[in-house]
Amino acid sequence: MAATVNELPATIDRPASVPDRFRTVTSIVSATAPIVLITIVVILLLQALPAMQKYGLGFVIGTDWNPVTDSFGALPAIFGTVTTSFMALVLALPVGVAVAIVLAEHGQQALRSLVGTGIELLAAIPSVVYGIWALYVLAPWSYANLEVPISDHAGFIGFLGDPAVRGLFNAALVLAIMVLPTLTAISRDVIRAVPRGLRENSVALGATWWETTRRVILPAARAGIFGATILALGRALGETIAVTMVIGNRYEIPHSIFSPAYTLASVIANEFTEATGTLYPAALVELGIVLITVTLVVNLVALLIVRSTQARLAA
Amino acid sequence: MSRTARRRYASGTTLALMYLLTIVALVPLALVLWFTASKGWSSVVHPQFFMNVERPVGVPGAGVNHAIVGTGILVGLASLMSIPIGVLTGIYTAEYSFTRWATWVRLASDVLVGTPSIAIGLFAYAFLVAPLHHFSGIAGSVALAVLMLPIVIRTTEGAVGLIPGGLRESGLALGLPRWRVSMQLILPAAAPGVITGALLAVARASGETAPLLFTAFGNQHFSLDPTQAIQALPITVFHYALTPYKELQDQAWGAALVLVVLVLVINLASRWVLRRQIRLAGQL
Repeated sequence: MAATVNELPATIDRPASVPDRFRTVTSIVSATAPIVLITIVVILLLQALPAMQKYGLGFVIGTDWNPVTDSFGALPAIFGTVTTSFMALVLALPVGVAVAIVLAEHGQQALRSLVGTGIELLAAIPSVVYGIWALYVLAPWSYANLEVPISDHAGFIGFLGDPAVRGLFNAALVLAIMVLPTLTAISRDVIRAVPRGLRENSVALGATWWETTRRVILPAARAGIFGATILALGRALGETIAVTMVIGNRYEIPHSIFSPAYTLASVIANEFTEATGTLYPAALVELGIVLITVTLVVNLVALLIVRSTQARLAA
Repeated sequence: MSRTARRRYASGTTLALMYLLTIVALVPLALVLWFTASKGWSSVVHPQFFMNVERPVGVPGAGVNHAIVGTGILVGLASLMSIPIGVLTGIYTAEYSFTRWATWVRLASDVLVGTPSIAIGLFAYAFLVAPLHHFSGIAGSVALAVLMLPIVIRTTEGAVGLIPGGLRESGLALGLPRWRVSMQLILPAAAPGVITGALLAVARASGETAPLLFTAFGNQHFSLDPTQAIQALPITVFHYALTPYKELQDQAWGAALVLVVLVLVINLASRWVLRRQIRLAGQL
């Protein structure tokens, strides 16, 4: 008996000896994404090379943008991109987290999924539609009902004066609406991932709903919500069209949060098709490289935070 | 007021405040939809809006037919490029998720998702417009394909991941080769999820403006030729909205309405398909 058992394996084809061609083929096809990514980076670096050689690091701190004299500096555009994005997050964060808390609660699932769908549809609306709406509806409204009253009462604080229909603040306002779905969806998932036992323990000890949320749920989900915020920041930094339509397109570092300004993405969108010569387009591509670098770092940090939080909460 | 009552009161107030903020968050959605519908309506009610192309300001009967057809061509070509590659890649990263290569592919698609669309437009310009010296629909659809690819990859991976391992194991136990297990057993089971991903990617690509500005560029005339500049709905909205002419602004709202309806219909359809997927996966 023992002998036959021992002989058996020799008569069966070993699966390991069959080459898995499917694996080979799909792994080759899946090289597309990494190859495209590398090609994007290489091609943009090559395009920007003339500007990089000419201006070096001075490009990042220069404040002048004059195609006629070939004088290019990115600082005002970097300033505009960073300020609008941060203002958008300050506006969106409280609302986004509140919605996430409401959506992560138990009970009345039908209503919650309806609200959740509504918030997700906000993400589906094309950016150019936000742009035209912001240009003709939101910005004039915000000028009359937010900017003018604020500057009337607090205009003596330098950066709250000079209201304008198109400017940093209104760009931040539309950005805040656009990043809200990102912020809400990820925060909701993280809050849901908080073990139910934690919540029940807190309630059993006599804590109210808000005490439980503030002292138990939010601290447990804090890192994840932070990650969601950074991911939303990445979205805001790269957003182009809606911002281009309401920011006012003036290449300077503004003195007021209401003043017209420019962002990295909107300079490229407005000027690239008109850029002639070698230095001008190269400088615009270099703006694109600055933009990619910033968003890349921001996104990778966010991914790391969100994943490690989810892994920690799951454990 | 006793301490307990005060705590209850504080809790109730915050809860009410949060529900209020949730309603506030939905206000922009309602406003965007309302204004697009009400301002775009006057353009959309005329049938020639869908049949005619651009006309000089003052000449009645202008339409966005060329933009609708252009968007169809651009998104169609982009789908042909990105969906097959994206689905195969998604199957690979899900079925062979243990490999190191899958980790790299996943990282690359995560980075691609986060890449600003304007930068993808710059890439397509440098890659396909500058060497050929003219704008083209192909360059535009390549840009859109790059944008769609990571969305398709990640949703396919998610849908395949939902399929219980038992199905795969029974296929292999019956002696089916790996490719038949993946393509004829797992993929059909995951089909609704994969379709959802493809639809979401199509919706996203239909609404993108930034990558088209210096690739497809826009065209005043009707054109079916993807090797030449071609018009698209988002380009129409962007350019018309920024003109000082009331007439063109109205057409921009009309084009925006067409775009919103298109994108929302695709989106809601994908949700419906996804719900079926989750039900189906639960039965397996």
